[in-house]
Amino acid sequence: MVWLNALIQGLLLGGLYALFACGLSLMFGVMRVVNLAHGDFAVLAAFLALPVIDVLHVPVLAAALLVAPAFALLGYGVQRLVIQRSLDVGPLTTLLVTFGLAIVIQNGLLQGLSANSRSLDIGPLASASFRLNGQVSVGTLSLLIFATAVVVLLTLQALLSRTAMGRRIRAAADDQEAARIVGTDTRHVFGVAAAIAFATIALAGMAFGMYSSFDPSIGPQRLIFAFEAVVIGGLGSLWGTLAGGMVLGVAQTLGAQVDPSFGVLAGHMVFLAVLAFRPAGLIPARVT
Amino acid sequence: MPLLEVRDLTVRHGQLQALTGVSLAVEAGETLAIIGANGAGKSTLLRTIAGLHAPAAGSVVLDGRDVTRLRPHRRVAEGIVLVPEGRRLFPSLTVEENLLVGAHRDRGAGAWGLARVLELFPWMGERRRQLTVQLSGGEQQAVAIGRALMANPRVLLLDEVSLGLAPAVVRRLYDLLPELLRSGVTVLLVEQDVSHALRVADRAQCLLEGRTTLEGRPSELTADQVEAAYFGLRGAVAWSG
Repeated sequence: MVWLNALIQGLLLGGLYALFACGLSLMFGVMRVVNLAHGDFAVLAAFLALPVIDVLHVPVLAAALLVAPAFALLGYGVQRLVIQRSLDVGPLTTLLVTFGLAIVIQNGLLQGLSANSRSLDIGPLASASFRLNGQVSVGTLSLLIFATAVVVLLTLQALLSRTAMGRRIRAAADDQEAARIVGTDTRHVFGVAAAIAFATIALAGMAFGMYSSFDPSIGPQRLIFAFEAVVIGGLGSLWGTLAGGMVLGVAQTLGAQVDPSFGVLAGHMVFLAVLAFRPAGLIPARVT
Repeated sequence: MPLLEVRDLTVRHGQLQALTGVSLAVEAGETLAIIGANGAGKSTLLRTIAGLHAPAAGSVVLDGRDVTRLRPHRRVAEGIVLVPEGRRLFPSLTVEENLLVGAHRDRGAGAWGLARVLELFPWMGERRRQLTVQLSGGEQQAVAIGRALMANPRVLLLDEVSLGLAPAVVRRLYDLLPELLRSGVTVLLVEQDVSHALRVADRAQCLLEGRTTLEGRPSELTADQVEAAYFGLRGAVAWSG
């Protein structure tokens, strides 16, 4: 029964990883940008939520409704002003530039807000849970985050497959030059894709902040989980990302069940095994 | 005044000079064919008109307005639309989505829309939900043309429609030209296959190594002249435009 419990916790944790990874997957799938500052932007979102909650005296969930749009705007700006310029130079430059952004964010937060660990206070929700039976209980927060991940992925899917902008995003992802000659402003389209990705980064950053504590330097550590979820699931596939997140989450919780210090390592080993034996991921697909 | 005018266009790809002082003019409602061998600069010419290459010198003028500095999507808004070499359809989009991506909000008013394109290519209707990789080469070319028509072009640039297609299929595609012209579209096409080009064009212009070597009406050009201009044989210089 403890194994069943670990399995369920792992699946739910996978929702958090998928929520965190879908922005990375989207930016890679559309712009071929590997955003090395992905984790740090998520941390930035959590730090941004702190004063929003303090000043406006709103619950965390309401703060998310403010922080996510703000992050969408930030994403559009970062894409147009910083990442697009590096894309015009060459694909490797984007790695350097996003790595630079990561360092700027980490040190900016460290300088301005100290290295103290913080967390987003969600009151009784933090420990609320319901029991399925004597030994298996499910955290309400985990379930909420998992549900958020599914809703976000469904929304992304609908945006990409059913709207005119989504069509243009997919067209630009397929063939940038062809998209331009049929009248698509690919820079604007990439900006919109980044805005969407950054809104999900904000949600994920805040979810992490409710789930555990965060500090300015934790971004890169978390980025690894996003990478692993994306690669396990299959590059550029949104539902693959959910599957990848869940596989990673289950590997970590089952590993931790064997030995508490073995959890993260078990996740890495599953990731390595996928890379070695199924490098295209579990559900390889395009961004559709 | 010509609808589309190219003046003394010079384009370089690094060390290579792809076009040297090429000029052309297309009147509204006319079909101009650019012919020439591989590497003559035909595709570079169309791509520069569409805005994909920045010329080293010269200008592109649409209806009296200089569009040389406009980015490709702004040129579509002005009515210059390219059907690129190799068709370049979007593989993860369905046939219908490929067409819809071609629609441009600044060019909504016009003869062409989804219904009219599906009327032009009746087979597309029932296959609109398929991915374009499931189509034959000729069908893909038709989707590429339909996608460009969705933007209601004033000038349609056709790059090597015949590439990789059977002659009968090419003939069928070119047979659509009169209907496009009737809808008010002006056509500038590039073709390696001289016979197709001369059959459908009002005027033809031959490029060789980035320069114009011959121009005139197909009925006035002799096979010898075309051959000389196409391959750069002696005597062609006299026709230099």
